[in-house]
Amino acid sequence: MDATAAALLGAGLAAIGAGLAALGVGNVFASFLEGALRNPGAADSQQGRLFIGFAAAELLGLLAFVIAVLLIFR
Amino acid sequence: MAAEEGKVDPMKQFTIEPLLGSDWQLADGFGIAFTNSALWMAITAVLVTVFVAGGMKRELVPGRWQMAVESMTGFIDDLLEANVGTAGRKYVPYIFTLFMFILFGNLLGLVPVGLIPSVHAFTFTSHFTVTGVLAIMSFSIVLIVGFAKHGLHFFSLFWPANTPAFLALPISLIELVSFMVRPFSLALRLFVAMMAGHVLLKVLASFVIAGGSGGIGTGIMVGVPSFVLMVAISALEILVAGIQAYVFALLTSLYINDAENLH
Repeated sequence: MDATAAALLGAGLAAIGAGLAALGVGNVFASFLEGALRNPGAADSQQGRLFIGFAAAELLGLLAFVIAVLLIFR
Repeated sequence: MAAEEGKVDPMKQFTIEPLLGSDWQLADGFGIAFTNSALWMAITAVLVTVFVAGGMKRELVPGRWQMAVESMTGFIDDLLEANVGTAGRKYVPYIFTLFMFILFGNLLGLVPVGLIPSVHAFTFTSHFTVTGVLAIMSFSIVLIVGFAKHGLHFFSLFWPANTPAFLALPISLIELVSFMVRPFSLALRLFVAMMAGHVLLKVLASFVIAGGSGGIGTGIMVGVPSFVLMVAISALEILVAGIQAYVFALLTSLYINDAENLH
């Protein structure tokens, strides 16, 4: 296997990270919705924290994408 | 990875090209040029100015336009009130400018001006240089405010309170690293989110073109579903444009909170 093929395989493997980040983002919103349906009165005040959690989870998926791009366009 | 003949290159949309001559050389290899990125930033600045100026009529009973602008300023005002407190009011102009600039930049990149021949939409927020400068501005404000307000006591940000020393030492190292990484994560999030969305749209567009030119069979099997998906992803991109602008403003206000109200 030459270096280019290995790099492209690595870029494909980085897609696993993006998929796992999708699980994380889904978990953030699912948990928020679960809590918000139990106590709708407190939901609005926690929207900022919701997006902080979303941003943190999303960043890791985006990092996986960056790794893939770096491997493809190296 | 050069594009082959007749294929759509998803990265070509990010090309920066000088518009009004490129030979204003400052030094060897360093030139100034009015690029398409600069053009779209100028368009964004003009549009934001027009939008805000149109709503600054200060009428007692606000019209539609004034309501639109006031809901935007009120949104940022509430954001800072909730995250920084009363001390956050003086940052409303900065955060509002940042939010509107990023929001309009993200949305303008999605406007289908490509329908007009030889006009190309350009999303300047999909470039690390642009988002990096925005993030450095936010980070500088945090550092300047922190050191001006608390002096060297600002370093206690890294030291957790009421924690035994053998735990506090590794925690403070982790805190230091996470603090130093902030501008990168802030810039990287916006840039990658915008770039990934636009690459996805162009990849789907290439599916539509390739499927359509392949014949009636592949046109129906590949082209039509790809086009439907493209429309849906475009709607998602509008959502992402709003969320990323909001997240940038939110995280900046959180970081300012660290500097303003040291624990």
